[in-house]
Amino acid sequence: MMNRDSKTLLEVRGLCASVNAIEILKGFDLTVKSGEVHALMGPNGSGKSTFAKVLAGHAAYEITGGTVVFEGRNLFELAPEERARAGVFLAFQYPIEIPGVANSQFLRLTYNTVQAQRGKDELDPLEFDDFVREKMKLLEMNPDFLDRSVNEGFSGGEKKRNEILQMALLEPRLAILDETDSGLDIDALRVVANGVNQLATKDNAIVLVTHYQRLLNYIVPDFVHVMEAGRIIKTGGKELALELETRGYDWVGAEHKAAARVTA
Amino acid sequence: MSAVLQNLVNQPYKHGFVTDIESDVAAKGLNEDTIRMISAKKNEPEWLLEFRLKSYRAWLKMEEPKWPNVHYPKIDFQTISYYAAPKQKPKLKSMDEVDPELLRTFEKLGVPLHERMALAGVAVDVIFDSVSVATTYKHKLAEVGVIFCSMSEAVLEHPELVKKYLGTVVPTGDNYYAALNSAVFTDGSFCFIPKGVKCPMDLSTYFRINTEESGQFERTLIIAEEGASVSYLEGCTAPAFSTNQLHAAVVELVALDNADIKYSTVQNWYAGDENGVGGIYNFVTKRGLCRGVNSRISWTQVETGSAITWKYPSVVLLGDNSVGEFYSVAVTNNYQQADTGTKMIHIGKNTRSTIVAKGISAGRSNNSYRGLVRIAPTAAGARNYSQCDSMLIGDRSSANTFPYIQVRNNSARVEHEASTSKIGEDQLFYFAQRGVDAEAAVSMIINGFCKDVFQQLPMEFAVEATKLLGFKLEGSVG
Repeated sequence: MMNRDSKTLLEVRGLCASVNAIEILKGFDLTVKSGEVHALMGPNGSGKSTFAKVLAGHAAYEITGGTVVFEGRNLFELAPEERARAGVFLAFQYPIEIPGVANSQFLRLTYNTVQAQRGKDELDPLEFDDFVREKMKLLEMNPDFLDRSVNEGFSGGEKKRNEILQMALLEPRLAILDETDSGLDIDALRVVANGVNQLATKDNAIVLVTHYQRLLNYIVPDFVHVMEAGRIIKTGGKELALELETRGYDWVGAEHKAAARVTA
Repeated sequence: MSAVLQNLVNQPYKHGFVTDIESDVAAKGLNEDTIRMISAKKNEPEWLLEFRLKSYRAWLKMEEPKWPNVHYPKIDFQTISYYAAPKQKPKLKSMDEVDPELLRTFEKLGVPLHERMALAGVAVDVIFDSVSVATTYKHKLAEVGVIFCSMSEAVLEHPELVKKYLGTVVPTGDNYYAALNSAVFTDGSFCFIPKGVKCPMDLSTYFRINTEESGQFERTLIIAEEGASVSYLEGCTAPAFSTNQLHAAVVELVALDNADIKYSTVQNWYAGDENGVGGIYNFVTKRGLCRGVNSRISWTQVETGSAITWKYPSVVLLGDNSVGEFYSVAVTNNYQQADTGTKMIHIGKNTRSTIVAKGISAGRSNNSYRGLVRIAPTAAGARNYSQCDSMLIGDRSSANTFPYIQVRNNSARVEHEASTSKIGEDQLFYFAQRGVDAEAAVSMIINGFCKDVFQQLPMEFAVEATKLLGFKLEGSVG
């Protein structure tokens, strides 16, 4: 997907963030250009999901240092809803249930809000119904999803499809998929991955946060990053994920420490 | 709790102005002379004065109910004025004779007495403090035999009907506030739908308390004869005073064989300020009697105002196969207290009742649902379904549910479901991550929560209720 016309979408430098006064991100650097797919891997607690939530602006996380520039703007000057309207999308690891609110209403509200922000036409309920049903085919979703309350009583796989459906509707510039593969059986994984692949263009970028290599069989990354203790300690191509699958994470950490001793 | 949520739930009251109008206000205090004065002002017949005095004597022996889950200083009934009326000509022939200041007041409140109401096709009775100031569409209704007028007028012009039904659903000594109302009620609406008539338009009463330190004690009586049907709407507002005002109304509904009464309320009395100063004490007795077979009475209420709400619109299901319904949304904010619910008394065979109650509490408010379902030994095959849902906004409000279920017939079926939920930071973050701000998110969550009740409201009222919840729970964000 890399091409010479690609623009820098996201520039993260020295990002430090803490939750409940415990520092999770400790000098995190990452550059993402349009047309790229990045995989962010690493053991539990290394800070992958924290990074995703910090980008989206979750109030529980305090930024203690560093900068994040998204398309030339300081991301931290934008409220969470402004970041979303500007094109930052987070597919939640645990999508939130909203009882009593029909999925169709919710989807239309989010779609129209973002459309209005971009100076584009909003859709009335009938127009939106046609539009969203078309998008749902991409994810092989049953139309009865529209009448159910948002994520309420959805299976794990249904919730994840609903997240990717929202990505399809909102057409973000930067999509961060936080463990979208967890809780999916192999068929659902293929459908969701196929949907994501169809949404990837030369103008947007995707960051996959994942534990496992298996998602990367379907969505092939340009870069694989390994996180440990709040920062990226190794970056490679898609073959790095395969190596991690067979060897685990420990050797990356050991190699990183050894390299640190040499430079010190 | 986040600042965003705090801002959302703190919105100024929009109906808090006072109309500067010359009023005839009675001296404060309550005794038999006060009651004789009210009765005389209204040229009432002797039997009605007797009804009042009997109620007053019963009231003197009664005690204020202590069981509701609300707290307030003891009310001194001698500091209240029991009669306040705008000074104007005693009889109005048309709308054009109404004091323009009054008309402006109701325009400001969004209750247009002229053109817009005509377009909406709703007949309106307007009660300002103690008296009815205008009733629209009277003549058109009279063509089909429907009587819609103020209670004072009904007493003078249809005394036989008033005498026949008044106090038959809520007896004079029913409870403390009903007894007080029976003694001192000043005005209210009267509706009579004769046999076989389907009322051609919705009937509506708009109540406004304007005078400080006055009480409003209205009395409403609706009768639907055999096969008749009517939809009745009630709205209420009051100015913002730092003192508390008492509102103790009684509403009685009577449905004969195959009759159908639908009663909808949007109550938005002044609720007091954000520190809990001022506001209306709303102690109301509303009850319907399904006297005939296959009759149906349905209450829908959206309760957003008042410092204290104490109200249980009930249905006595006497006729076989009769149906009672109660749909309620009660919203409390700041220091408001609400103890509201219903009573469904099943006496006839195969009687059915449905209760759907939604409570929303924000700020430091306290919102209780209290409901009684009683199945008498005679009520073979009776059925009840109750659903009570509470929603909490922020972490300083509280919600309670007090269901009372008394079943004395083995063939009855009673179901009760309850839930409690909270608008959480996580839900708002989820909306935000999709580009939606907190205000729009709360509005969508609340409307989703209240959907089952709102869809019972007539169209114009549903729109008003949705807007009102908006005023109540939304605000300027950021």
